[in-house]
Amino acid sequence: MAASRPLSLFRNLSAKIAAIPMILTALVVFVGGTLWTVAYSFTSSKLLPKWKFVGLDQYERLWDTRRWMVSIENLFIYGLCMLVLCFVIGFVLAALMDQKIRFESAFRTIILYPYALSFIVTGLVWQWVLNPEFGVQGIVRSLGWQSFTFDPLYNADIAIYGVLIAALWQGSGLIMVLMLAGLRGIDQDIWKASRVDGIPAWKTYVFIIIPMMRPVFITTLVLVAAAIVKVYDLVVAQTGGGPGIATEMPAKYVYDYMFGGQNLGQGFAASTMMLLAVLIVVIPWAYMEFGSKNRG
Amino acid sequence: MTMNASINIKDLSLSFGAVEVIKDLNLDIGQGEFLVLLGSSGCGKSTLLNCIAGLLDVSDGQIFIQGKNVTWEEPSDRGIGMVFQSYALYPQMTVEGNLSFGLKNAGFSKAEVAERVAKAARILQIEPLLKRKPGALSGGQRQRVAIGRALVRDVDVFLFDEPLSNLDAKLRTDLRAEIKELHQTLRNTMIYVTHDQIEAMTLADRIAIMRGGKILQLATPKEIYNRPNCKYVADFIGSPSMNFIEGQIATTATGATFTAAAGTFPLDGYAFDGAPTAGAAWLGIRPEHIASGAEAASRAIRMEATVQLVEPLGSDTLVRVAAGGQRFWVRLDGRVEIHEGDALPIGFNPVRCNLFDKTSEARL
Amino acid sequence: MADLSTHLQAHAETIPQTRPAAEAQGDRKSGFQPGPRGAKPRKSFSRRNILLYGTLIMVSLYYLVPLWVMVMTSLKGMPEIRMGNIFAPPLEITFEPWVKAWSEACTGLNCDGLSRGFWNSVRITVPSVVVSIAIASVNGYALANWKFKGADTFFTILIFGAFIPYQVMLYPMVILLREIGLYGTLTGLVIVHSIFGMPILTLLFRNYFTSLPEELFKAARVDGAGFWRIYVQIMLPMSLPIFVVAMILQVTGIWNDFLFGVIYTKPDLYPMTVQLNNIVNSVQGVKEYNVNMAATLLTGLVPLVIYLISGKLFVRGIAAGAVKG
Repeated sequence: MAASRPLSLFRNLSAKIAAIPMILTALVVFVGGTLWTVAYSFTSSKLLPKWKFVGLDQYERLWDTRRWMVSIENLFIYGLCMLVLCFVIGFVLAALMDQKIRFESAFRTIILYPYALSFIVTGLVWQWVLNPEFGVQGIVRSLGWQSFTFDPLYNADIAIYGVLIAALWQGSGLIMVLMLAGLRGIDQDIWKASRVDGIPAWKTYVFIIIPMMRPVFITTLVLVAAAIVKVYDLVVAQTGGGPGIATEMPAKYVYDYMFGGQNLGQGFAASTMMLLAVLIVVIPWAYMEFGSKNRG
Repeated sequence: MTMNASINIKDLSLSFGAVEVIKDLNLDIGQGEFLVLLGSSGCGKSTLLNCIAGLLDVSDGQIFIQGKNVTWEEPSDRGIGMVFQSYALYPQMTVEGNLSFGLKNAGFSKAEVAERVAKAARILQIEPLLKRKPGALSGGQRQRVAIGRALVRDVDVFLFDEPLSNLDAKLRTDLRAEIKELHQTLRNTMIYVTHDQIEAMTLADRIAIMRGGKILQLATPKEIYNRPNCKYVADFIGSPSMNFIEGQIATTATGATFTAAAGTFPLDGYAFDGAPTAGAAWLGIRPEHIASGAEAASRAIRMEATVQLVEPLGSDTLVRVAAGGQRFWVRLDGRVEIHEGDALPIGFNPVRCNLFDKTSEARL
Repeated sequence: MADLSTHLQAHAETIPQTRPAAEAQGDRKSGFQPGPRGAKPRKSFSRRNILLYGTLIMVSLYYLVPLWVMVMTSLKGMPEIRMGNIFAPPLEITFEPWVKAWSEACTGLNCDGLSRGFWNSVRITVPSVVVSIAIASVNGYALANWKFKGADTFFTILIFGAFIPYQVMLYPMVILLREIGLYGTLTGLVIVHSIFGMPILTLLFRNYFTSLPEELFKAARVDGAGFWRIYVQIMLPMSLPIFVVAMILQVTGIWNDFLFGVIYTKPDLYPMTVQLNNIVNSVQGVKEYNVNMAATLLTGLVPLVIYLISGKLFVRGIAAGAVKG
């Protein structure tokens, strides 16, 4: 009479069927695809992937390529500025928005709307605004200041900052929203207590509020960092990597070699380097955040 | 397996990873019995109920309902109805929809569904609410609907998972009485999980007190109150809790004595579970079994005490006194006039006491 | 990582409300002042307020300038653009550039304007949104309520996948699609969007379904409802807000996509973003800035409209979607 334990494979069968797309995605695309690319980065694949092992050749060539070095340098400049400015702008704006201001939602709508736009749209608008002939530079000159120069998109030395301006315009609203959420998440009694104790507002921010927002900062850091590494469309639209190779980025290098230059091996090696960069950011974070506790 | 049992649980174990929530638990519940699973949070009582309902897969052991092994049956095939703490009414359905959902799933005819819903609504007096959505009901009405959802299924076993915890005190008392009346009418087997000892005492035919995934004591409310089988149960039941005095039992030719800081007292009249043995022990006495003032003189165990704190409750007055180097709670009649600092002799008889072994904490 | 987005969502939801604890200040304004030690009642034109609102207005101008420039440029004729100032409103308003951008602009391959890209984007976005949300919602529900052995492992891999740069998976995906004969087709791109949208959507739905009272699910099981019946009859009706959030997230995300569109489709199926880029950055012919800006505005219009009408829900969506980076 005893109904025995059913075969474990068939228990919860519907749930397992429902999870098949996830299992396939996780195993085939994410794990399989990543391993495949890493493996083929050690081959001499050109037009088509070919399993001809050449060790670290592709990597040596990669790091000997000037365009890759420029890409890396750009990523560092862009990344560092983006991180610092995003945090500063985002936090200051959030703190301003948190002063019980009127028209808060109007201000928020204005600051956040660029985030709804694609990088392509962002890049093209700023290409136009920064146009030296008709844009900011042209207007200042037409006002009488003839020697005024502001042409980031045509000057290789500062072109990357032109991209940065556009990226900040597009993304800083999001950071503001995240920081504002962090500020709103802080117990309001803290503010009451600091007021009762007579601590000035700036001191409360620096010594009490900012340390309390550590989780929000870390989350934001990871999000911004992950987005920085992936930056691609913006450069394609705004500068096409130019002038010359002044605004090349690693993600663009990968795309151009994989789908344009028909040099798959280089593309694989470059993308593996990108993966490595992301892992360096994400793994310590994941370890810190979820390593000890776990079971959510 | 006893034949007239409604539910038999054999060697049930459940672990989540390395954590054993229930360990080798055995329990037989009689036909038509009202059993209360009582314990503090995390003791495994709700987990056990979920295992019986089939909402959790057991790691080991078997569950029989009406003699049928249901260990691996779906919850809906076990012949149970369940009432939850948060009511768990489907918010988008009307009361009628809530009551009939299970019946429709089971493939009952429209006429039968309507008939059963009407009957349950009549019993629970929720007929005027049938067309409303749960959001428009009060807490008490919602819980009535939740009970109705179990009722329409016409099952042998009702499971209650802390059904009254979300209600305010007054409503809780009313609904408690209603559940008791429902049981008296239907005579179904009911298993009721709660952490509230008053609910347990008032409703139960038997109470199972749980701790750490085990049943410590399974007995009638009276038995649990008067003869708790271990110090934990003694401490858990009763409010304020039982007073405990630390001391030594010594055996004599005629019986036994208990020596504490306050002195040595004879234990004549105390019903030991086995033969009295000498050793370190706790002596427990409930606040309501301590006599005070002039009355204390007639008790076998007496102490001089000083009042530290007075808590008038109206019908009773709780008094905390210091005696023999420790504190005692004493329950006095509400009319007694007493103040902090008053001297108050207290006394009690061994027959009202419970003795527990110092190390094993089992009743002696 | 699950905690991450719950956390973000929880915060995002609090944003639109003004904080309840404004009393501290309110009391000072109106209430009884205990002697001369209380703070002065604030005037609306205090130095602090001028500074505060001044800064916010300046900042808002910075964010608004590109939009303003886009609109103004798109309404001018080319001669006026060459003459003047990009910030100035048009002397003579013309809708010619809009018409041209929609139906005549050249990409280098053809000259039938952005309309082709618009309809391609619609044909890509609609099925991608439906399929990705259908898969992810059922999956999230399975993960929240019907945990099976190993489910958490796959889920963790999935979430980590959200952080892997797409570049690493681009080519293997090309091979997979080519193997099943879908490379370069609309269906192929729908699959790609469903796959790469899965981590964040699954997370979104899993967290939402986990937040619903578990007892409701238990009650439905006791009532004899199975996996699909509980999903359709109990969970779906309770989850409309999260479906709207997911839709906002996906419509804007897929509409704004460039990389997948350019890799996994053929030129005649290119989405709007790709076509826009081809029009504006095409090297042939004279640059028609007004047409370019009209085209850019047209492309940005769909997500912009969604943003403006969805407001609060958009904020919730991006807080969750930010994980996608």
